[in-house]
Amino acid sequence: MIPRPKPERFRLRRTMMFMNAQKPGLIKDAYIYGVDSIMLDLEDAVAENQKDSARFSLYHALKTIDYGDTEVIVRINGLDTPHWQEDIRVCVAGGADGIRIAKCESAQDVKTVEEHVLAAEREFGVEEGRTLLMAALESPKGILNAYEICAASDRMFGVAISGGDFRKCMQTKFQPDGVDMLAARGQMLIAARAAGIQCFDTVFTDLDDMAGFETEVRQNKAMGFDGKSLINPKQIRLVHEIFAPTEKEVRQAEAMVSAFREASAAGIGVFTVNGKMVDIAFIPGAERTLKLAKACGMYEGDLV
Amino acid sequence: MKNAVGREIPDFLLKDGKEVYQGKNYMDGKYLKKASPCTRRYEKPQESKIVSSIAEALCQVGAKSGMTFSFHHHLRNGDYVVNMVMKSAIEELGLDDITIAATSLGDAHDPIAEYIEQGKVVGIQTSGIRGKMGEVVSAGKLKTPAIIRSHGGRPRAIEAGEVHIDIAVVAAPTSDCVGNCRGIGGKSNCGSLGYAMTDAKYADHVIVVTDCLVDFPNMPASVEAIDVDAVVVVDSIGDPRKIASAAARISQNPRDLMMAENVAKVIASTPWFKEGFSFQTGVGGPSLAANLFLEKYMDERGIKMGWAIGGICGPMVELLKKGKVGKVIDVQDFDLDAVNSINQTPGHYEMSASQYANPANKGAFVNKLDFVVLAALEIDTGFNVNVLTGSDGVLRGAPGGHPDTAAGSKCCIIVTPLVRGRMATVCEHVVTVTTPGDCVDVLVTDYGIAVNPLRPDLIECLDNAGIPHVSIEELKEKAYSIVGRPDDLQWEDDVVAVLEARDGTILDVVRKIKPLSLND
Amino acid sequence: MVINHSATAGTLESSDALITVEPGEGGIALDVTSSVMNQYGRQIKATVLETLGRLDVTDAKVTVVDKGALDCTLKARVECAVFRSCDKSASDIPWGGVIQ
Repeated sequence: MIPRPKPERFRLRRTMMFMNAQKPGLIKDAYIYGVDSIMLDLEDAVAENQKDSARFSLYHALKTIDYGDTEVIVRINGLDTPHWQEDIRVCVAGGADGIRIAKCESAQDVKTVEEHVLAAEREFGVEEGRTLLMAALESPKGILNAYEICAASDRMFGVAISGGDFRKCMQTKFQPDGVDMLAARGQMLIAARAAGIQCFDTVFTDLDDMAGFETEVRQNKAMGFDGKSLINPKQIRLVHEIFAPTEKEVRQAEAMVSAFREASAAGIGVFTVNGKMVDIAFIPGAERTLKLAKACGMYEGDLV
Repeated sequence: MKNAVGREIPDFLLKDGKEVYQGKNYMDGKYLKKASPCTRRYEKPQESKIVSSIAEALCQVGAKSGMTFSFHHHLRNGDYVVNMVMKSAIEELGLDDITIAATSLGDAHDPIAEYIEQGKVVGIQTSGIRGKMGEVVSAGKLKTPAIIRSHGGRPRAIEAGEVHIDIAVVAAPTSDCVGNCRGIGGKSNCGSLGYAMTDAKYADHVIVVTDCLVDFPNMPASVEAIDVDAVVVVDSIGDPRKIASAAARISQNPRDLMMAENVAKVIASTPWFKEGFSFQTGVGGPSLAANLFLEKYMDERGIKMGWAIGGICGPMVELLKKGKVGKVIDVQDFDLDAVNSINQTPGHYEMSASQYANPANKGAFVNKLDFVVLAALEIDTGFNVNVLTGSDGVLRGAPGGHPDTAAGSKCCIIVTPLVRGRMATVCEHVVTVTTPGDCVDVLVTDYGIAVNPLRPDLIECLDNAGIPHVSIEELKEKAYSIVGRPDDLQWEDDVVAVLEARDGTILDVVRKIKPLSLND
Repeated sequence: MVINHSATAGTLESSDALITVEPGEGGIALDVTSSVMNQYGRQIKATVLETLGRLDVTDAKVTVVDKGALDCTLKARVECAVFRSCDKSASDIPWGGVIQ
């Protein structure tokens, strides 16, 4: 049995890679590619008549495989299916770090899942509140209710949009410039930031179109996303490269944080770095930059 | 007697001067008396050497029971010639007590397994053995132990007279009426004929089998008419689809790519990665993909590769055409891009097996090699590599040029996933040692890199470049933590194959496997 | 658990195993074939028997066609086949109880 540390609600999640929970060859070591989170899928990847079998596989994978620092999230079946309750039980019993709620449309959906998660935590003797939640918005209604969904629970760490279903609802198709989902991505980002949680973009499905993928990831970064869902390990590196801070940003952040630490030790509130005035409001952002830099191998100091 | 890689070699094999493996370069400086074939004189001018059938050719050269027939494997899994010739020798001429000395054998030669079971074929000397033949030999059906040699060890053994070839058969994509052969210009093209060259020079008799007769003289010839006794024209010497694939594509498997990138990183961290460096890579997924990442580093540093050798395929030809490698010297071709390039693209040359890898000659290419990237079925904590036996103990592989390039190169990198299914690639003891650990320098897996402690210089290179590495023991433990520690294989006493080191000493033996029964 | 009817779980893909359970004729009759028989045959047998033991299956014919599955996969496939054979695989699985 591999004991997993208590999940961190806010951690680096540049990349979340989907893996079919039913495929033993895939899930045994998905972490080797350096993805931030893996998303073991009980939903679309698993055939309707294999949902039961996938749970047994998932349970033993969670209990046996050492995923190290890689976060392990499970995508459960929608609340309109007969599967989600048992999905929640197996996730909690197995000790998954978090659950992704598919097709989430309201705060009530989050609360319903949360109730069952709590019940399962009690049933299996898991620390109450351990299991984190995130929601996938897949419909116009979900996007319109984005803020109430994001703010529905203390367990919520993030929200993601699911492009395939959303585009179908909107009667549109993938557009290389992203205009098809621009409004939805924007609304979801605003809601997530307002609620203080993370926000993730949808998968890019054409594995051969690396140029199109790069364009989309650059737009994600520019819009303020925290990360992206992926379907293949070969997509990981590009996302990590694009989400990495620049050398200049890292040095600036390092200077700010260390100046702040010195200044606050001396009881000073406002100080200057490289001639610019800096106050405490800049510090969380600078610390985030340093954490990101550390994950990207660009910063080896001990300020974060 | 125990040898330098800790393998127990039975005494009955240590006769006629045979020794156990003593370590790398043990034979250096010793003298070799070359064997000479006994060949027939053809003084009277001959219009043509074409005969009507394989049987007729065999009769003409005096084929008898007890003889050794040699073959080469450029037609790979598409080859029809080994089966055709053996069928004729055994079923038409009624010969038996036959030894097949092939440069390699594969699934295409499954029918030979039947002749082994019938006791007609009593000896096998080869680099590779797979499929049904691997199974029957592993089951102890061959009368004498199979002898497995590397591509360099074979020409050495031939030249030393340890293998005497009575009849060499050349499968020629084109030949003229007197036996000048080339690997191109026909319908079953294979490119290089490098492995056939030594055989033709040292055999008493040479028969050419072709499916494309061309006008005399077929020049430049890989195997020359001066060594050929008879030419047979058949409908087809092989299945072109299996001889050369359309194009060896670089793997898109993310695991392969990740490992390949690390291979390139390791190469780029060493002092030999400089203008004019030399390189060889296998055609397995991650080995071939290393080309891709290496090119990036070459561009970054503004350097070019001086030369590349080996079995050649498209990606290397591509580099040659782009001017990023000076010369490509080729003993075998794996895809049509390479087949169509040899002797056509400036800088793309053919070489013989001896020139490629023979440890006993005075200047094999492998000895000038900077880097080689190779695969492995298994590698143990002593860095010994197995590319011959499956972890179930059955023969299903080929040392090929593995031991030769590993021994000759300055930096030998093995790239392999840590586990395959439930098989631990990195293990405590390989089933069979085919490449000794003192020739292997770096291991790159999907779970980490390990450097042979015999190479502190390389450890320093990796450290300076900030490339993380671990001990090979750690990798082995990780592998066992995933798949569980395997039970030891159970063996009978019978030796079914002898694994010769490239210098001719005995590196290991393969015994008959005792299959596990759960009902005991 | 009592095997009510025959049931299977798993696949013949590499790294997986196909498990079939059928009502027994008194006791456990186990048939194992495996691509890694010589190295892991004993461990496969032990894992399957141990899993059946935890599930309190005492009377069954069990067929394992293994393609190099890890122990955790073998357990999952045996458990699923047994629960399916009793039509109890869809809900209220005793995670962490007899499933471990």
